[in-house]
Amino acid sequence: MSLAQAIGDWHALAVLFVAGVVPNQIWRMLGLWFGGGIDEGSELLVWVRAVATAILAGVIAQIVVEPPGALASVPDILRYGAVGAGLVVFLLTRRSIFAGVVTGEVFMLAGKWWLG
Amino acid sequence: MALPPLDSPQWQSPWRAFAWGLRSITQTILTVVLFVTYLGIGALAHDTHFSLIWALCSTLFVWAGPAQIILITTLGSGATIVQSAIAVTVSAIRLFPMVVSVLPLMRTPKTKRRELIFAAHLTAVTLWVECHRFLPQVPRERRIAFVHGLGCGLVSVCLTANTVGYFLAANLTQTLGAAILLLTPLSFLFSTARNSREVADVVALTLGILLYPLAAKMNSGLDILVSGTVAGTIAYGVHWWREVRA
Repeated sequence: MSLAQAIGDWHALAVLFVAGVVPNQIWRMLGLWFGGGIDEGSELLVWVRAVATAILAGVIAQIVVEPPGALASVPDILRYGAVGAGLVVFLLTRRSIFAGVVTGEVFMLAGKWWLG
Repeated sequence: MALPPLDSPQWQSPWRAFAWGLRSITQTILTVVLFVTYLGIGALAHDTHFSLIWALCSTLFVWAGPAQIILITTLGSGATIVQSAIAVTVSAIRLFPMVVSVLPLMRTPKTKRRELIFAAHLTAVTLWVECHRFLPQVPRERRIAFVHGLGCGLVSVCLTANTVGYFLAANLTQTLGAAILLLTPLSFLFSTARNSREVADVVALTLGILLYPLAAKMNSGLDILVSGTVAGTIAYGVHWWREVRA
């Protein structure tokens, strides 16, 4: 990989700064400046946390439903099955992230191998 | 590895405290979870055509896994900069209460605000969890140095994982590449589910997943924001209803 390839285009880095870095640092610095007087349990923050969780959930669904790159080579049924199998094991193992991830991965790889 | 007792001379040097923070990353399973998550983020960045430096800069300067995958996924699927920025901003609001609750653990009466800037930057869910666990065992005047060490250790692990994931995605067979990409949804789903303590969190997570395919059918370009706002508001309604009844 050449240096130019590793850096990519400057436009993408500018977008990263505007849409990624600034929106995150704003909230951290607000927390640093106005930290004292905020009630963590306030109703507004509860709503915001719920919306933020649901947005992340939507992104998780998007990666599985409209998969990028190599993941698109895996049939629908295997992607959904992998998440489902991982979820069942996650719940059965009293919320072990590790067990859930390993199960999902093994399900997908075994399915790929079995389907040929 | 156990941290030295609070009155040990080992804590006299801030550099030693930094080193203890750095070594503490070996004491938690969350380091492994982070490694796996950032392996996936590196692979995702590769397959959505971002450069390696871009992926590493996003880890260094954004330093929030959820925001990073929202950014990569939305930009990669053709959302505009404004749409991505809104989705990321909403996801990042959760950093605000985290910073508010974690900084008082490090503050002494003499601490100046600028001494806390780097600790505020390092604050994300993993550091937040680990601060609550480790800091009671660290003398108050050495806590900032300790957190700097812990945070730098975690960032280094993630930068390494990004690089490994990026090259794996570039060089592995299609099936193994797919397996690396699948790490991202799996690790985020289970770590978010694990952190969901209240019913509202569980409802937001479940509905957020189920509503996305419906919102995507509308093809508005704002799919994630629509499904997220609707699912999150319903979850808040459930929370409100339970409070009223209680």
